[in-house]
Amino acid sequence: MSKNPAAPPIRVGLFVTCLVDLTRPCVGFAAVKLLEDAGCVVAVPAAQTCCGQPAYNSGDSRDARAIARQVIDAFAGFDYVVSPSGSCAGMIKVHYPRLFADDPTMASRAQALAARTHELVSFLVDVVKSDAVAASYAGTVTYHDSCSGLRELGIKAQPRALLDKISGLTLKEGRETEACCGFGGLFCVKYPDISGRMVDSKIDDILATGADTLLAGDMGCLINMAGRLSRRGSTVRVRHVAEVLAEMTETPAIGAAPGDDG
Amino acid sequence: MRSTAATFEENAKKALADGKLRDALSRLSEGFPAKRRDAAARLPEFDALRDQARDIKNHVLAHLDFYLEAFEARVTALGGTVHWCRTGTEACDAVLAICRKAGARTVTKSKSMIGEEIAINEHLEKHGIEPVETDLGEYIIQLRHEPPSHIIAPAIHLTKKQIADTFRDKHRQLAPDRSLEEPRTLLEEARGELRDKFIAADVGLTGANMLIAETGSTVLVTNEGNADLTYSLPKVHVVIASLEKVVPTLEDATTILRVLARSATGQDMSVYTTFCTGPKRPGDLDGPDEFHVVLLDNGRTRMLGGEFHEMLRCIRCGACLNHCPVYKAVGGHAYGWVYSGPMGAVLIPGLIGLDEAGHLPNASTFCGKCEEVCPMRIPLPSMLRSWRRLQFEQRKTSATSRVGLGLWAFLARRPRLYRLALGLGIAVLGKLGRAQGRFRWLPFGGAWTGLRDFPTPEGRTFQSRWQRERSGGRR
Amino acid sequence: MSDPRAHILGAIKDALRHARLPESARPNNDESPAERLGDHRANLIPARGKLGSKARIDLFIREAERVNATVARVSGLGGVPREVARYLSKNNLPTTLKIAPAVAEPVIPWTTQTLLTVEQGRAKGSDTVGVSRAFAGVAETGTLVMLSGPGNPTTLNFLPPTHVVVIAAADIAGDYEEVWARIRKAGAGGGKGFMPRAVNWITGPSRTADIEQMLLLGAHGPQRLHIVIADDEIPRP
Repeated sequence: MSKNPAAPPIRVGLFVTCLVDLTRPCVGFAAVKLLEDAGCVVAVPAAQTCCGQPAYNSGDSRDARAIARQVIDAFAGFDYVVSPSGSCAGMIKVHYPRLFADDPTMASRAQALAARTHELVSFLVDVVKSDAVAASYAGTVTYHDSCSGLRELGIKAQPRALLDKISGLTLKEGRETEACCGFGGLFCVKYPDISGRMVDSKIDDILATGADTLLAGDMGCLINMAGRLSRRGSTVRVRHVAEVLAEMTETPAIGAAPGDDG
Repeated sequence: MRSTAATFEENAKKALADGKLRDALSRLSEGFPAKRRDAAARLPEFDALRDQARDIKNHVLAHLDFYLEAFEARVTALGGTVHWCRTGTEACDAVLAICRKAGARTVTKSKSMIGEEIAINEHLEKHGIEPVETDLGEYIIQLRHEPPSHIIAPAIHLTKKQIADTFRDKHRQLAPDRSLEEPRTLLEEARGELRDKFIAADVGLTGANMLIAETGSTVLVTNEGNADLTYSLPKVHVVIASLEKVVPTLEDATTILRVLARSATGQDMSVYTTFCTGPKRPGDLDGPDEFHVVLLDNGRTRMLGGEFHEMLRCIRCGACLNHCPVYKAVGGHAYGWVYSGPMGAVLIPGLIGLDEAGHLPNASTFCGKCEEVCPMRIPLPSMLRSWRRLQFEQRKTSATSRVGLGLWAFLARRPRLYRLALGLGIAVLGKLGRAQGRFRWLPFGGAWTGLRDFPTPEGRTFQSRWQRERSGGRR
Repeated sequence: MSDPRAHILGAIKDALRHARLPESARPNNDESPAERLGDHRANLIPARGKLGSKARIDLFIREAERVNATVARVSGLGGVPREVARYLSKNNLPTTLKIAPAVAEPVIPWTTQTLLTVEQGRAKGSDTVGVSRAFAGVAETGTLVMLSGPGNPTTLNFLPPTHVVVIAAADIAGDYEEVWARIRKAGAGGGKGFMPRAVNWITGPSRTADIEQMLLLGAHGPQRLHIVIADDEIPRP
């Protein structure tokens, strides 16, 4: 799906995210496939671990800055930095410059990185302008709009534009696709009862669509919703949207046993 | 008002278990957001007006002393009096002194969050003066000795049966066989009771949505008309308002009014928007003889110019409450003090202290919906994060959190050690959980697995597979 | 400091002097407050109300009806008593009116409707129907603008459960800013500036949704608001 074979390839550094790296590598490989199919050359810097959100959102600005510095160093020199996560991309794009507001040198480096950083799906649609993915998926899908992706990065139309091109896939919109799923990083374990109410509300909405598949662009949201769906005995399959777009659905769905349908 | 913010967790637990509250909150969260959306859709200039409203307030705050002095000069020229109060205590004393001088026995009140902040009702009662809430919702919760649970719809947590029971209990003139089944009859019952109180009151105490420097006017916004009966019938009108309520001109007030009701309830304009300017004029057939404005600081000057400066733009519309998934889950009482929802979580620690209100900025996912709908473009999530940062710096974050975060950060900054330490654990989890695909229970994972299964990790990390499969290079 | 006023103003000045504000909190221009007060310039005015007079009146009527007011049109002030009698009869309402001096004889010929009993003055708790005159209307939201004064006691707008408001068609403005401009010129302040004691914007009858979010009309203010638009000019006292 390379736009112009004669143009120099776009050099992308993949920010794989801690949750994808540790719990669901297939999402990382799906992201790589999508990027390579779109004509990018992908590298994965070894010196990456976390974007710093847990520290930042807990008020530990010092550690957040230290981690951010590491990310800025590791990802220097790429044309673009792409991440299969709205919250991690948002952290780099929106919050890194704020973290270094009082440090002009770091602030300009953070700004430079922010300008080059994108969430995966919006990169494919808005930057590379990929208009189709070579994929099919037999199923009815409902899509969850993760808060950071939606409100910090404006990701709303892009995943739907790509899903629309997938043959065999029917999209059923929930009434509350933009409602928070209740993950919120440490929030879900610090205030589990409130988080539980929020995720139940979300799942009621998902179940009401009748969809057999739930997709989203953030592992935190997905693990949270998959975990609650499973506890409620639901058979809805949960995947990262990259898996379906790259047609890499061999790995069992999130929380599903091998051999479960899908 | 006495705070229960420190017991937020218990408050929330109780709220989550309350089925009636859940129904009420569902109604609220379905109704108001849809209405706001419709109102915004009918006004193409809505977003541009929000920007202008923000700009007006930013300008005012940058010249707050000038505008307050200009306001005071106009009020004084009209024959009114401005009372400057640093604290709730000074404000209560000022109001009491005015009431005593007027020989007041009863005082009608329209809704005032500042009144709640300073607990003016208790103060008046302690000194033998009867305050009567006239906003229907406030009236009902006054009878029930409850605090408000929403800044514009204070009785939103109650069912009509609860309200009927309260009236039966408290209205002495209510015939036992009179039906109170329908909301209409409840309303008529309240209206009848309050009518006489409006007329008999010696002093009318109102809040103010805005103070207008140009004319010395106060702006009152209601749907019921109770504020208008409160200020126009008694001999004395007292307004209590905090410093940041001032705006420059009538035109500026108008711009803010265009976004206020639309954001709050989806109405284009509240039913009654009144500009009160001083006491009655020669020839007026009605109106108060005396006009007082009690101006309250109570922590606002501490916020001015600092990290929470932008919170001073708040016009108390309640949109953030109506759209907040945490508010929707637990309601207003859980927050434990006068304000609630995202604006409460930002404002309350500034007014009653971070020690008391420490839970509030933490009980948020930073989903950002509040900031999305705020007519004054207040960056609420950023300010919640600022409170968390102050807690961390003051070592008020829990020990478990500090240790856990510290460990994570330690590993995150050492990628090789990170992979070593976590790789093993991930491999073990991957193996143990492969067959089922998920864990119903994990040691130390109770906060998660209490309500959710934990999906089994694949077992190999992405980095280890990438290094092996791509041999550390590009293709 | 023992003087709260000086203390507060001092605290404000200190805070502003030491302020470190993000972009989003700073004023967007360097206009001086004295300038702003003196100019009292209008901000953005929505296009909605910027209509020719016929369309403006139609919009006013549509918006007023949207918020549960009822509207009638009469060709002249002489027709007001007949319309009021018709309205009260249709709704089974009492025919005793308390009217504002501004709409008393000879401005409006009440004696042409003998079934109506008419008394002038401020409202009392027992009054059932109040009649007053609007200074202006605002088509943008179907709002009435009432000014307090010797001709129009404020209590008439709030105490009686039925409120009838007479307004000249020519007084229906497109937006609020037009009305403020008129008020600045009208000299209704009783010698103390241009603002009367009370300016009421009234948009529909009184309402509440405090009981289970159910909309009810007639909370404390009037349950019924009937607007009578007269197509000739009402002389202002």
